[in-house]
Amino acid sequence: MIEALLLMMGLGAVAGTLLGIASKVFYVWEDPRIALVADCLAGANCGGCGYTGCGACAAAIVAGEADVGACIVGGAAAAAKVAAVLGLEAGAAEPLTSENTCTGGFRAPEKFSYMGVNDCRAAYLLYAGAKDCDVGCLGFGSCVKACVFDALKIGPDGYPVVDEEKCVGCGACEKACPKGIMQVRKPSDRILHMNLVTDRLAPCRQTCPAEVNIPKYINHIKRGEYDKAWLTVMERNPLPLSTGRVCPHPCEDACRRALADDPVSINQLKRFCSDWVMNHGTSLKIPVAPDTGYRVAIVGGGPSGLSAAFYLRRLGHKVKIFEWLPKLGGMIYYGIPQYRLPKEILYKDIDRILGLGGIEVKTGVKFGVDFDLESLVGGGFDAVLMTIGAMNHASARIPDEDKVKGVVPATVFLRRQGLGNPYPVGKKVAVIGGGNVAMDCLRSSVRLGADKVYCLYRREVKDMPANKVEIEACHHEGIEFVTLCTPTRFITDDEGNLTGIEYLKNELGEPDASGRRSPVPIKDSETVIPIDNFILAIGQTTNSAFADEEGTAVSRLETSRGSIVNDTDTHQTAIPYVFTSGDCAGPPGLLVAAVGAGRRAARGIHKYLMGEDMAFPPTRLRVDSRRMKGHIPGTIFDSIEGIQRKGRIEQPELEPGSYERQHTYAEVDLTVTEENALKEANRCMRCCLTCYNKDTS
Amino acid sequence: MGDYILLAVGAILVNNILLIQYLGNCPFLGTSKSMDNATGMAMAVVFVLALAGIVTWIMEAVFLKPLGLEYIRTIVFIVVIAALVQFVEIFMKKSMPALYAGLGIFLPLITTNCAVMGVCLINIKEEYNFLEMLVSSLAYPAGFGLALILFAGLRERIIIGRVPGPLQDVSIALVTAGFMSLSFLGFKGMI
Repeated sequence: MIEALLLMMGLGAVAGTLLGIASKVFYVWEDPRIALVADCLAGANCGGCGYTGCGACAAAIVAGEADVGACIVGGAAAAAKVAAVLGLEAGAAEPLTSENTCTGGFRAPEKFSYMGVNDCRAAYLLYAGAKDCDVGCLGFGSCVKACVFDALKIGPDGYPVVDEEKCVGCGACEKACPKGIMQVRKPSDRILHMNLVTDRLAPCRQTCPAEVNIPKYINHIKRGEYDKAWLTVMERNPLPLSTGRVCPHPCEDACRRALADDPVSINQLKRFCSDWVMNHGTSLKIPVAPDTGYRVAIVGGGPSGLSAAFYLRRLGHKVKIFEWLPKLGGMIYYGIPQYRLPKEILYKDIDRILGLGGIEVKTGVKFGVDFDLESLVGGGFDAVLMTIGAMNHASARIPDEDKVKGVVPATVFLRRQGLGNPYPVGKKVAVIGGGNVAMDCLRSSVRLGADKVYCLYRREVKDMPANKVEIEACHHEGIEFVTLCTPTRFITDDEGNLTGIEYLKNELGEPDASGRRSPVPIKDSETVIPIDNFILAIGQTTNSAFADEEGTAVSRLETSRGSIVNDTDTHQTAIPYVFTSGDCAGPPGLLVAAVGAGRRAARGIHKYLMGEDMAFPPTRLRVDSRRMKGHIPGTIFDSIEGIQRKGRIEQPELEPGSYERQHTYAEVDLTVTEENALKEANRCMRCCLTCYNKDTS
Repeated sequence: MGDYILLAVGAILVNNILLIQYLGNCPFLGTSKSMDNATGMAMAVVFVLALAGIVTWIMEAVFLKPLGLEYIRTIVFIVVIAALVQFVEIFMKKSMPALYAGLGIFLPLITTNCAVMGVCLINIKEEYNFLEMLVSSLAYPAGFGLALILFAGLRERIIIGRVPGPLQDVSIALVTAGFMSLSFLGFKGMI
């Protein structure tokens, strides 16, 4: 007995001492989280996870090779503990969540009848599954089986539905899905993602220049989840109140429902959910990634700059915006009149962006005068984004257009209105141009007291690039369209004041590059209209004169016809740390395009700062939303079936001819009622690439 | 020489530690999902058993038998094998990182694996001399590796096969293991 005890004690002492010494002598550093995770596991070293022991399993979990639910014996309880350990380490600000990206399910047609094992991976082995759609959900729920948190189930429509309360973002479902439908992503991963041809995208979502997930937010509205709808929009567009009011919605031109009756009134729905959040949901939190320590300067506080600031901040960078005018917003503050986009509404959007924290603003300073690239770099900024817009006007090539009193460029006219010091107009005003800026000038002139307002345009009304609703509103407000005319000469009195405009009538000749027939003036057709003021609204250019100065850092920028030349994917310029987006980086375009470009620029800057590959993958989807070209093949249909005809809701507006409409700057277009919004949301067929909900009711 | 070959064949095939003696079933099911893991595991078992066989045989010969302490053999073996394997693991992690990466991560799993323990006890029970013990300690894990690798090959195919829902994963693996065991029973009577 004594010998046995002595032997055991001796053994224990020897083994303990040896191991103790060995662990000090042969110490190797390893991630302290591995030990913490190992404590959460069952500790049985059973190997059921497929790894050799709990330590190896813990190491694999920390390295991201195994998911948090790997321990079979520990089950959901162990998985929750592991998730807590890793979650705390990863930073709770960037929650990982799983998302189902396919909305096909039962509605998606099948190529053949599959009778095999009820498992997606097994079904996938046979011609990549029975579904007609190459990237569609097979619906056997391998992801559901993989989820140890009970956060996934196959919903009533035949595709998986994530319970966001229970999902811990472990990634098991993503690994289980053979089609890559389940995606576990951080918010910053989603911000950095650009539409790819391999994504599951409805035609509207392919067309939107900002790539907003339209079917998803409309579905949230349908279910009454207006806050979630808004958060979905904010992932792509930080100015939803503003775009909801002024966007010409190219998405609606691609709406598949238009083949049966009318397109869904997408933009009104966006406006509805954003207004709802503005009025109700002020406490909604937008996730921001942990600080990266980088600082980015944004020159110009217009829509593209604001959008880039918002996304750069959400990616964890510190941002400072420099703006030369007293207020942020650029062209949408100083260009778009109050009756279309009230300033206080625009500022709700801007305040929400600035409310993220970590975005500084400096107004009243001009690039090239008060500061330049050297001072920004010296000031500790790691990258610079130029979003200086297009604030100069293009010439109409009418003699003396700079000298005659009463002739004013649209940019100046609208900016003075935005500054609260409107340009005084007489009783008769003419505006040349057919775009939205011209419409803004026309309708503003009415409100500034002009009795007779003319719109001069060289082609016909149907050729005007302005939004149809704007042209209609001009008709409602008594504006006269003088089409097919080319102004040639200003008529002035003795003191040089404008009294009239002489123009030649046009006839239409051969189609030009844009596909529209080009106007040709008719000889001896001179006509005179008596006017007091003439507004030039035929386009804008960027003032990039600072790039022409020799010997400065900024002179290395290349410019083309005033615009700053950049790589249209990464938005990087000839100077590696300088990026540019928005109107100053190309022909001036839509607000929603500037917003989308802002996010792309934020992506480019983020990739540059983090030293990652900046180029887009070759599968990048490139859609031309103006010419409606470049969609994923097979997603644009000629006809659809199974749809009950239901017209879209009307745009509510101020009574035409009313005092408010003609003489005040009260907002003309109104937000739809909740009842109408739900009605319209139910018209959405929730399309994906090829399948859609038939017979919506 | 002939005796040793007979001993080896008997240990590998006829008395296969996994399929006939049913020892070490946890790693048999746990690490047989992929061929890579199975190979690593087999190597680790050979390595550990060779060491453990030697050490436990010496323990038995030097301490337990002379002192008449055979009744605490099991406990002593557990402590000795565990301490030995832990020490080897710590040593390898620092000094032979390459070998550790290939093999070392399988070591903790078999610290007190029943197959390891079982072979050590068989060595004593059969009263092998040192050489016989060495052959046995190499042949039994070789049989372990053979069964494990064969089984991993089968499982890699089963995963992609048409398995009825209730039988998927471990259930079908156990059924397969049963069939393998039956076929190994066919070696009975060879010696």
